[in-house]
Amino acid sequence: MSVRYRTGSVHEAREAWRRDYAAGGVRDDGIETSTISGLEVEPLYTSEDVAGNQEEMPGQYPYTRGIHAGGYRGRLWTMRQFSGFATAEETNRRYKYLLANGQTGLSVAFDMPTLMGQDSDAPTSRGEVGHCGVAIDSLADMETLFDGIPLGRVSTSMTINSPAAILLCMYLAVADRQGVPFDRVDGTLQNDILKEFIAQKEFIFPPQPSMRLVVDSIEYCTREVPRWNTISISGYHIREAGSTAAQELAFTLADGFAYVDACLERGLKVDEFAPRLSFFFDAHVDIFEEIAKFRAARRIWARHLRERYGARDERSCKLRFHTQTAGVSLTAQQPELNIARTAVEALAAVLGGTQSLHTNAMDEVLALPTDRAARIALRTQQMVAYETGVANTVDPLGGSYFVERLTDRMEEEAEAYFERIDSYGGVIPAIEAGFMQKEIADAAFRHQQELEQRRRIMVGVNEFTTEEDDHLEILRIPASLEAEQAERVREVRKRRDAARAGRALEQVRRAAARSDENLMPHILEAVRAFCTEGEIMGAMADVFGLYTEKAVI
Amino acid sequence: MGSPARPLRIVMAKVGLDGHDRGVKVVARALRDAGYEVIYTGLRQTPEMVVDAALQEDAQVIGLSLHSGAHMTLFPAVVEELRRRDATDILVFGGGIIPDEDVVELKKMGVAELFTPGTPLQDIVEWLRRRFPDGARPVPGELAAGQP
Repeated sequence: MSVRYRTGSVHEAREAWRRDYAAGGVRDDGIETSTISGLEVEPLYTSEDVAGNQEEMPGQYPYTRGIHAGGYRGRLWTMRQFSGFATAEETNRRYKYLLANGQTGLSVAFDMPTLMGQDSDAPTSRGEVGHCGVAIDSLADMETLFDGIPLGRVSTSMTINSPAAILLCMYLAVADRQGVPFDRVDGTLQNDILKEFIAQKEFIFPPQPSMRLVVDSIEYCTREVPRWNTISISGYHIREAGSTAAQELAFTLADGFAYVDACLERGLKVDEFAPRLSFFFDAHVDIFEEIAKFRAARRIWARHLRERYGARDERSCKLRFHTQTAGVSLTAQQPELNIARTAVEALAAVLGGTQSLHTNAMDEVLALPTDRAARIALRTQQMVAYETGVANTVDPLGGSYFVERLTDRMEEEAEAYFERIDSYGGVIPAIEAGFMQKEIADAAFRHQQELEQRRRIMVGVNEFTTEEDDHLEILRIPASLEAEQAERVREVRKRRDAARAGRALEQVRRAAARSDENLMPHILEAVRAFCTEGEIMGAMADVFGLYTEKAVI
Repeated sequence: MGSPARPLRIVMAKVGLDGHDRGVKVVARALRDAGYEVIYTGLRQTPEMVVDAALQEDAQVIGLSLHSGAHMTLFPAVVEELRRRDATDILVFGGGIIPDEDVVELKKMGVAELFTPGTPLQDIVEWLRRRFPDGARPVPGELAAGQP
């Protein structure tokens, strides 16, 4: 711990406290007192521990205390529950249900074949169709998904990465058919390929052409879809893969800088595109560490954007983020306890100043949520918003000795990681060397050992277990769905104008081969010609090739 | 089956399309630390690829991991592929997000054991020790006591 300044009285009082503390004795139960990430914390923090940044106000650079002067007094966070399952028709019904229940934005979960750029009738889609999200093969499915939902009035987040450009084009094509001009279309595309190589592993093309696709979509949206958040730079998957909070923070922001570098290299100006970059973090259960992580993220981003990249528009420096409560903190044992965990995590996200929030359903550790579990999850964040009073004061923990000191610590740890990544020559070489992957796997293994040795307690798992039956009803995806969806995509291929579709795919292939051409208009035409997701990905794969990682344990 | 002089060889594989490899990597490390020879195939293995790897590596055990909900299709497909290749002496176990009812069904279909979220690593090791009493190379100290 570093002592920044001292005043006689505080220092003396603290010494007196230290004597009392030592005399009182401390618990000796073998349970870790470090954060869940393993960060050592002191039993007490005082004014001696905090740096001299106490004059900073919310809405003021570097935005540690929030990007808006008014906090949640100005506007509450967007309640955005991630959902999607089975067919577009089923999911459309769930969206209408959620909107009718007070949800304020949509968030699409796609199934594995869609995430991996495959059609539902591909041999490797066997057993996967509609299971962990909704199956979307072509514009026809996308039209069904948003049937009766006015795209000019809701904002939609789409969690998709390798094939992100295709799904964005499908969304734009639906908006077009609804008569909504592109400059009124609002939403977020995850589109963060770097964290796929680092953590979630849903990569398809090698890193370089993958980055080109990301920059193509950013460049296109900067001109054509100005309200669209072109990317959601994600720490969530890094954390869920087992990283510490500091690693999540550092790797995510390092990815963010890599996207900025790539866009600058394309010739875009930082203030043209940076205001539309957004972030996505995990809210784990160790509440203060999480709050510090969110506060540090804003400060680091602001400083780097202004000082390193010369951003002049303050919107470029304001880190906006979505949060999801931690899936990994949930337990299959006594699953109702997950409601309480999620409430604590939601509180951490809100105290950290999130712009939007997904609260996990208690049964998500077992399957996709049932209607009932999904409603309880949404109600949980409504309670945080309307019952607890935390939204009434901006950055209510600002000035807390502990939170301020932890915020500084998070920043220091992230900066140290940036240096290590730079020593590899940047994010992509570090990925290729397996640096982040190894750091995450080590942290995951360490955490598991702590659980095995009961140095950390997960209630209901390694302590406070019960023999009682804690069975929950779970959502089942009917087995017949796969064949039906496969039939649907075959039907689309049969009914479309074959010549137009063939030409469009050829144009995608041709544009992929030319590095000076933006792929987006060609993908949009292919989507409108009812080319399927698998076909468009295939056309690009002909040029880009496929990526496999070296498996390390 | 391997002689006591040779440690048990286990092929660990991710079948299906999902890339969630946290669990499989943690289990693979723990089994290696417990004295077994572990071969990790990496992501997106088809049932055919998994069985190929097991035969090539002369493995006695296959460990499957899957988090996308396709376990009812892909786990039995591995068992079926072993049958087709006349290699049913290879034991298959699995892990992931698998509801209780599916655990019962999968066991009927020939998957020897399933380990679901919250399972202590020690339980997996003990299960292997029961199935293969001579399978592990002696390790100094406790399970997973040291970093590799």
